[in-house]
Amino acid sequence: MLGFVARRLVYLVPVLVAVSLLTFLIASLLPGDLAYVILGDQATSDKVAALRHDMGLDQPIWWRYLSWLGHVLQGDFGRSFRTGQTVLQAVAERLPVSIELMLLAELAALAIGIPLAIACAVRSGSAFDRFMTGSAFGMLSVPAFLSAILLIYLFAVELRWLPATGYVPFAEDPIGNLRCFVLPALTLALGEWPVLMRVLRSDMIATLQEDYIAMARAKGLKPSRILLVHALKPSSLTLVTVTGINIGRLIGGTVIVESIFALPGIGRLLLGAIFTRDLVILQGTVLFVALGYVLINFVVDLLYAVLDPRIRHGHA
Amino acid sequence: MATLELRIDEDVATSPVARTRRLGLLFWMAVGWMIFVFVAAALANVLPLPSPTDMDMLERRGPASMAHWLGTDGLGRDELARLIYGARISLTVGLCGPVIGLTIGGALGMLAGYFRGRFESVVVGSMDVLLAFPPLILALAVTAYLGQSVLNLTCILGVLGIPAFMRVARAATLTLARREFVIAAQALGATHARILLRELLPNVLLPLLAFFLLGVAVTIVVEGALSFLGLGVPPPISSWGSMIGEGRESLEVAPQLAFIPAIALFLTVLSFNLVGDTLQALTNPRQSAL
Repeated sequence: MLGFVARRLVYLVPVLVAVSLLTFLIASLLPGDLAYVILGDQATSDKVAALRHDMGLDQPIWWRYLSWLGHVLQGDFGRSFRTGQTVLQAVAERLPVSIELMLLAELAALAIGIPLAIACAVRSGSAFDRFMTGSAFGMLSVPAFLSAILLIYLFAVELRWLPATGYVPFAEDPIGNLRCFVLPALTLALGEWPVLMRVLRSDMIATLQEDYIAMARAKGLKPSRILLVHALKPSSLTLVTVTGINIGRLIGGTVIVESIFALPGIGRLLLGAIFTRDLVILQGTVLFVALGYVLINFVVDLLYAVLDPRIRHGHA
Repeated sequence: MATLELRIDEDVATSPVARTRRLGLLFWMAVGWMIFVFVAAALANVLPLPSPTDMDMLERRGPASMAHWLGTDGLGRDELARLIYGARISLTVGLCGPVIGLTIGGALGMLAGYFRGRFESVVVGSMDVLLAFPPLILALAVTAYLGQSVLNLTCILGVLGIPAFMRVARAATLTLARREFVIAAQALGATHARILLRELLPNVLLPLLAFFLLGVAVTIVVEGALSFLGLGVPPPISSWGSMIGEGRESLEVAPQLAFIPAIALFLTVLSFNLVGDTLQALTNPRQSAL
């Protein structure tokens, strides 16, 4: 196990370096000079040259990358020239909202997906199973921004049960806070549960054909106990990986959902930075999200190895 | 010997029948919808449609009528014309993007799977870097810097698709390269180029094409999401995503403005998913058994 962790850690370093390089290059090589953006279109060329010098933009690109990387390694991701806030402050302020949203969405997706998967696996091939598998396939073709609009129309416009937009901090009003997360989390969950259900269902069908399940039945154990204790755990291996793989999609979905429901999370920070051309915040946030994503994937890899001994000893 | 030949004959004779039955009605409905949208988008200039950009401030959010079959939008523009011209953008980006991914990713994957060694490590490693970014975040960041245009959008979404196509092509090449017909070609002294193009490519192409259709579905969704956020194609060009985004503003008074393009987008994505999934099951029997 230690050897496996070490191998993955060694592999992590070049990926992290390359991610930082790519983030830097996107911001540096593509058109749009930061000095012009800050000073506006009417700036004189003298002023622009002076600012470029102050910001080190006249240095060679490899030197700029190294000095930028040096700052990042010391925890300095840069400071917005519009609000004066550092990237880390801005991210720390908004991260809890995004994490709460993603956790609630994942919980809701599991709460919908797992019972349906079990119900389908028990009666695989039945009309119910075929209907649910079909619906899951259909749901995979509904992008987050479509289900968001549908949910807003149903619950906010027609029924008026829930707020369409807005955000209340948890510390001020816990119930109001949860209320404004219902529709956003549900939107993301609607896109997630079909994936989870399909994976768990096919694994569960395979598990239910194992000899030890027949043995448990023969012993006269209660069907619910067989399903939940004996069959669910060995079937949930792939579920863990898929949940990990889906985090990338979930992060993308979070940006869209935060924008639609006006939640002050990382996604809104990113979009705001794009619309106001706040390039420092944009670069810093993209790097932060990518680093977080790489680390999450690393943890999921390890978790998978803990669950499945074959991965530890293989060449994966 | 005789029984073996007989069996092969039987297989050949029955397989087309079995296939049509397996494809089913839904498959052909999906193909039909794809053709319908494609023809409508291609003939948008020829069809007797009102202009998709002409505004009529007196007839804003008008209901369906003889002049405007699907009514008018918030600026009095004809909804049907905008829908069909929007299909052009969604299909252009949705088809051309995956073509970039298919060509570059497919080529890289085949070369990596065939030559192995250091080249393979470099290709797989650099793809891992691309995959280290959540796709939508990377697309957003690059569009923000490059500027919004149909060409930029297509290129970005195309590049984002390269890793997935590379994986499919590499996996297929890895298994095929060990097969007898490849070894036979090598023994006959065929060049690498000949083996890659004449022996491997025809076999790798099928799973790649099935995957291509799924790629189209994903690309249409991502393009829709970017346009919905206002970061896709610049106005006044309409794409389905931007139409849904505009329709969201008037959800209380005229929900159809969001729902009509939403239904079109859903049906198109569903069709590509359905056809791609079916073809993938046909080209990869082991996976479909699950």
